[in-house]
Amino acid sequence: MDKLICKCGHENPPGTVLCESCGRPLNEQEQNMKLADMRYEGTARRSQTYNKSIIDKIWNFFSSVKVGVGIIIVLLIAAALGTILPQKQYVPATTDAAIEAYYTDIYGSVGTVYHALGFHDLYNSFWFIGLVGMLAISLIIASLDRFVPLYKSLKNQRVLRHSSFMRKQRILAEGPGDADTLKKAEEKLTDLKYKVSTDKNGLLAEKGRFSRWGPYVNHIGLIIFLFGVMLRMMPGFYVDETLWIREGETRAIPDAPGYVLESKGFTLETYTGEGEEEKFGEAIDRVGTVAKNYQTDVVLYKIPEGALPGDTADMEMVEEHAIRVNQPFKFDGYALYQMDFQQDELKTMSFALQNKETGESRGDLTIDLVNPETNYELEDGSVVELLGYYPDFSGFENGEPQTATPLPKNPGFLVKMTTPDTPDGETSFITIQNTVEPLGDNDYKLAFQGVETRDASGLTVRKDRTLPILGLGGLIFMIGVAQGMYFNHRRFWIQQQEDGSILLAGHTNKNWFGLKKDLDQVTDHASLPAYRDQQEDMEAQEKREGEQLT
Amino acid sequence: MTLADISSNLLYVAFIAYLIATFVFGGAVKGNKEGTYRSEQRWGKVAITITVIGFLAQLGYFITRWMVTGHAPISNMFEFTTAFGMTLVGGFIILYALYKTAVLGMIVLPIALLIIAYASMFPSEVSPLIPALQTNWLAIHVITVVIAEGILAISAAAGLIYLLKVVDQKKKSKQRFWLEAIMYSLVLVLGFVVTSTFFTLTNYEADFTYVNKDEQPSEITYNMPAIFGMNEFESMTDGAFTPLVEMPPIVHAGKLTTVFWSVMVGTVLYALIRLIFRKRISAMLQPFTKNVNLQLMDEINYRSIIIGFPIFSLGALIFAMIWAQIAWSRFWGWDPKEVWALVTFLFYAAYLHLRLGRGWAGEKSAWLAVIGFVIIMFNLVAVNLIIAGLHSYA
Repeated sequence: MDKLICKCGHENPPGTVLCESCGRPLNEQEQNMKLADMRYEGTARRSQTYNKSIIDKIWNFFSSVKVGVGIIIVLLIAAALGTILPQKQYVPATTDAAIEAYYTDIYGSVGTVYHALGFHDLYNSFWFIGLVGMLAISLIIASLDRFVPLYKSLKNQRVLRHSSFMRKQRILAEGPGDADTLKKAEEKLTDLKYKVSTDKNGLLAEKGRFSRWGPYVNHIGLIIFLFGVMLRMMPGFYVDETLWIREGETRAIPDAPGYVLESKGFTLETYTGEGEEEKFGEAIDRVGTVAKNYQTDVVLYKIPEGALPGDTADMEMVEEHAIRVNQPFKFDGYALYQMDFQQDELKTMSFALQNKETGESRGDLTIDLVNPETNYELEDGSVVELLGYYPDFSGFENGEPQTATPLPKNPGFLVKMTTPDTPDGETSFITIQNTVEPLGDNDYKLAFQGVETRDASGLTVRKDRTLPILGLGGLIFMIGVAQGMYFNHRRFWIQQQEDGSILLAGHTNKNWFGLKKDLDQVTDHASLPAYRDQQEDMEAQEKREGEQLT
Repeated sequence: MTLADISSNLLYVAFIAYLIATFVFGGAVKGNKEGTYRSEQRWGKVAITITVIGFLAQLGYFITRWMVTGHAPISNMFEFTTAFGMTLVGGFIILYALYKTAVLGMIVLPIALLIIAYASMFPSEVSPLIPALQTNWLAIHVITVVIAEGILAISAAAGLIYLLKVVDQKKKSKQRFWLEAIMYSLVLVLGFVVTSTFFTLTNYEADFTYVNKDEQPSEITYNMPAIFGMNEFESMTDGAFTPLVEMPPIVHAGKLTTVFWSVMVGTVLYALIRLIFRKRISAMLQPFTKNVNLQLMDEINYRSIIIGFPIFSLGALIFAMIWAQIAWSRFWGWDPKEVWALVTFLFYAAYLHLRLGRGWAGEKSAWLAVIGFVIIMFNLVAVNLIIAGLHSYA
């Protein structure tokens, strides 16, 4: 396509609507408009100019505000759909089958359909992520399509505009002026913090041009943010682990090589409603107990470099710390959060090996429920062998005992008991208050003696190296939004013709009310002719015509 | 008088001031038959003075309550919703200072009154903070959000005035229907307030046992005659009204009963209004908008979104994410409240793009502003009370 040469001599890129230099309309459609379309200064946007190749078509699709708003609306509706029923991470089930069953059990056929449509994990679905991706592409293309020509045009704008351009501005004033009108207007506009440039018989006063870049700045912020979110999928950027640690226990921190944590204990405090807290008495009476503090006291150790994995002999203490809700423990890019707890978790169980008939005991054994041994040898040579251990026994599947979690909530033991009386051994499956003897009646049993308990803390281990990127994206977004919304770009063009008459046009990208307030002051000071708002006039006229028709 | 008493008395003062100011604003608009600027200004000045007094009283309530509880009074449904009423009035005062529009006060103040009345139906005793809320981010995040929502709600009020003026009440249309539907839903809120107040004053209480959705036995107290019974309910109060219908376990029949009573009473109220005045509520309000400058209403609608949107983004998304990272170890977890904050953000983003990019101003903008308010109210009411999540605090 050819460049468009304006009557004023300026060469405009193909597709330009208003001459970049003088503002004359360059096509017939624009010539017939009552008001100039100033949204992008009548510049040549790529999307409005080319529509041949496939790349043009894709570009034009994504640069359209209509498409962008469409994506936003679809995303909005999709996001809302995901809140009808809880997402799968908030459902008390872990396996896929259990999750599916949960939706059907609790929510009936609605739940079944919801799960079948994949809405239980909507925000991780391919189509949802795809929509977010399309939004990102739209942000980039739509911004480039507008920013580049807009920047060029505002940079190239001339003080003297053609009268046809000025008469098509929404704010317009025409009338006689004095010899010093221009000078006085310049004075007042400078007072009002406008940047005034003059050329021959005219002036251009401009304020807040930078607010025009606001939308593009905030879009850059959003893109950086989305990029940061994407980066989390890269290995090494993001750690999300759960660490269950019991009072007195020392454990390696998952995904934090070289670090070991010891728990000194878990504390749960509730409000008492006494003393200082007396004012809360009524509320506590109404709801029962209210938690005041969840806290795990820990000691962090570091294993020196070069030590073998699991070799904790030479580890050095780094820090003692109390982890509380809202006060994560941060070290070396990691953070430990107080997320969950289990009070009075089973620690050990003690049994006596008893002859069922006589009740005579051959000795006691104590099983550590976190690190059980495989063989327990009693003093008289009897042996209890632990064939299988199921910390959270949940029933049998194909004859095999199952455990729901690795936490010792409902321990089950498959044991083989060998005594001098029964040298071949007897097999027994023991759970709390229940014993099964799968291979026939036994002579001996393990009689339950007692338990020891302790508290356990559920900590989240987190590392998120994308946070600075997300923070930067958020900051840039906020700067851009404030820049674009709290400031506006105002311009006045004033020209004095040879006969002394004044032609004035005003434009702002928003807040016409504010623009008019400025102009009122200038008009007062420089005795400019009265201005009118051409859009209001047009609307009033349409209304009158409408009323005449009815 | 203790500080706590002073605090609640200040809230009463604010409530009464807003009530009086509503009528004075109405008088300022209605009394101005000639449509002159000056007559409206005189009464408008009186009305805005009363409004400011009410606002200062409510600010006094807010500060004294903060002193009493030791934390920002925005930690439960009563406190948050009351604060929302306050920021709504605050937003109005700012926009009144800019544009001097009495008619805006006539619409905003009754809505603020309804919101505060709705708030006081929730338990209002001072309550302690659970561990997750014990941080300065509570004040930072929630106060920013509530200010933003107050300002955004002004755009809906301006939109509503715009619609009251332009929608033709003589001709049957979709617009006329939906405008009246908005009025009807405001009357329903009044229905809820009337019903709750009545049964609270008469001390209605009925206890039931039931089996919850996790098949555990539970107990519930109804404060209104139980129309709907919980799953496998059994009455524990002699002579209490026996529920008519038993609900499946996932439906909270207690809340459903409250909704049912509110809708019933609200509908009766609405029917009475229609019978007495023989007009739609929107038709009754239309004469008040005779002198309204539509351009100005459109400007206020747009301007309040321009002011409110960045504050909302900052408070409801950025501050929210920072706090979520500190308290829950992740900045975003698709909790329903988070999602609806995002929905609100996306909605206003769409509004701005439609306005800037596609020239949607005037009536279209007015409808969008009203829908925005509906979304905000949905997030406040429905997401807290119906959709359970981490943010359910009442």
